[in-house]
Amino acid sequence: MAITVQRPNLSLAERSYLPAIFTGLSITLGHLWRMMRGKTHVTMQYPEQKWDSHLPEHYRGVPALVTDDYGRERCVSCQLCEFICPPQAITITPGELGENDPFAKVEKFPQEFKIDMIRCIYCGLCEEVCPEQAIYLMKEYAVTGTTRAEMVHDKKKLYEIGGLKTGLVDKWDANK
Amino acid sequence: MVNIQVDGKWVQVPKGTRAIEAVSKHGTFVPHYCYHPKLSSPGNCRMCLIEMGSPKMGPDRKPILGAEGYPETSWIPRPQICCATDVAEGMAYRSHSPLIDECRKGVMEFLLINHPLDCTICDQAGECHLQEFSVEFGQADSRFLEEKVKKPKKVDLGPRIVLDDERCIMCSRCIRFTQEIAHDDALGFTQRGSHTVLTAYPGRPFANNYSLNTVDLCPVGALTSKDFRFKMRVWFLKQTSSVCTSCSTGCNTTIGSRENIVYRQTPRENNEVNSEWMCDHGRLNFHFLQDEMRLTEPLARQADGSRKPVPMKRAVEEAAAQLHQFKPDEIAVIASARMTNEELYLAGKLIRTLGVTMFDILPRPQPADGILVSADGNPNTHGARLMKVASDDPGRYLPIIARKVNEGAIKALICLGEDATACGVNPDVLATLPCVISLAILPNMTTAAATVLLPGAGFTEKRGSMINGKGRLQRLNRAVEIPAGAGDDWEILRDLIAALGGGNGIYTIEELFKQIAVDAPALAGLSLSKIGDLGLDLKDKLSP
Repeated sequence: MAITVQRPNLSLAERSYLPAIFTGLSITLGHLWRMMRGKTHVTMQYPEQKWDSHLPEHYRGVPALVTDDYGRERCVSCQLCEFICPPQAITITPGELGENDPFAKVEKFPQEFKIDMIRCIYCGLCEEVCPEQAIYLMKEYAVTGTTRAEMVHDKKKLYEIGGLKTGLVDKWDANK
Repeated sequence: MVNIQVDGKWVQVPKGTRAIEAVSKHGTFVPHYCYHPKLSSPGNCRMCLIEMGSPKMGPDRKPILGAEGYPETSWIPRPQICCATDVAEGMAYRSHSPLIDECRKGVMEFLLINHPLDCTICDQAGECHLQEFSVEFGQADSRFLEEKVKKPKKVDLGPRIVLDDERCIMCSRCIRFTQEIAHDDALGFTQRGSHTVLTAYPGRPFANNYSLNTVDLCPVGALTSKDFRFKMRVWFLKQTSSVCTSCSTGCNTTIGSRENIVYRQTPRENNEVNSEWMCDHGRLNFHFLQDEMRLTEPLARQADGSRKPVPMKRAVEEAAAQLHQFKPDEIAVIASARMTNEELYLAGKLIRTLGVTMFDILPRPQPADGILVSADGNPNTHGARLMKVASDDPGRYLPIIARKVNEGAIKALICLGEDATACGVNPDVLATLPCVISLAILPNMTTAAATVLLPGAGFTEKRGSMINGKGRLQRLNRAVEIPAGAGDDWEILRDLIAALGGGNGIYTIEELFKQIAVDAPALAGLSLSKIGDLGLDLKDKLSP
């Protein structure tokens, strides 16, 4: 059944639009006045100014590798992130740790770990799938480069971004 | 045939069938670790526990028959392993019940008590029975609060095997394999209880030529291959069914490759050829195809005597132009029984197009080991004979060819996949020969002397067929692409024949095989796809 919409009965002033025009104009002029006196800032001067402190805890920036309290690289190159990565941005070259390595018990480490940041879609599946708490999405988001090669983060760069993370599970303790 | 009851249903199975096979076939899959159809059954993993019952007997020692005429069952009041008993008339089995589920859960829990949380670095992860059965029959969390038993890790068992004792679940498959199949009783258990460890005999490395089969057999990641260790996770590997080309046995294989790199070769079951095994030599004999020395640039000798890289098409034309300068009796062809039937067929065509009378293959006699390694090191000697590239006594003409080359009577030499110096040609004479056409994969004396060098493809890179020493026609499949610059051998040969004036209008390997099937009566009616993954027996069709 059709519904009949009741049209509002507008007064003469309302129908002339003039009060609305002046109300709007007064808001605009008020903003102009405050800006001219330097009271409000509309434009943020990025990159000198950033909103980084407002980023939420769950923010997903660039993926990076972390080391733990003992200075051990967490990644053991199980290649699960390489497998799960939807745009196939990750390439890992696995390697074997030498007998004399302080963390020889872990046996395996990534010889090379590359993430193609042109491909990365910041989905965070690598962090989710990692059984070793080795890869995290940081709050860093500004990835720039002038060549394609520069946009591929290698192992060195990934540890630079990731840094040290404390309070991780120590699964490879010699007594375990 | 005997009548047995599986999960309440009466079925007939052949006498002598192992109960686990009958139950897995007619009931539900029975998980197992120690049982392997090709080995003896010690029954030590306890994973295959099921409920069993025997026919109920009356006072007259005759089975009491039920309503359907089948005997009534008297169930054994405790679970039984089904891997170590054969079926018998009237026996009843239950492959799933609350008791069985509980048993499997319990066995899994015991197996995992001391098992390390190594899955992230374990090569077996992804094809590990412990992982699979843990998901299917085990439980998610551990109730074990005590210290795990520590055992040696990274034990060097032999030149090709690394053992991780903590991962071992004592199924003893490897021990039984070395005793029963490899006949090298090198492995054994020492210590007792939770502290049992697998070890090689002291002072004797586990080095027999079949040692890597234990890596395949190991249901967990305890035995790992040094060659494949930490190279690639198994779930990335593309599996291509192929055939080993290291001797005339022609073991069926699965090539594991990823992004055009071959990482491993594992045996594929074919009870007519290799059962489920292959020798270590053949298994590891693929690395040469990924060598940095690999030839990937066709070369042709220029008028000034220097050799220059040219496109493949140009190299083939150059080869034809050079060959046109010689009379048929000045040319010799050394082919290889490592080539596929298709390539050998074209080699035969080439020989007949040129009218060459001097041709042969290089034989590779070697000691057979009585297990899999054959006395013929060439994978396709039968094919070479069938394609009339070799006589019934392969290699008979090689000394004559070598003598004629060394004496200067033969001035042009076509070497297809073989090194002429290995056939008795003097290296100094070879270096000064006016025409040497070499189709090769890796550099050797002949490729160094080649006036036209044609880089070819390896066995992991091509399709084709071979006939093994027992007359079985088997198929190679392409696992990885041919490296840029090199060509597929059969296409090179086809183009060479065409450039010599014998075009045949064959564009695909299937068409080529059809052509062969017309010309070679032994292959009549066959096509490349009809060969199938397990091959076809041609024994009776091949002339002795």
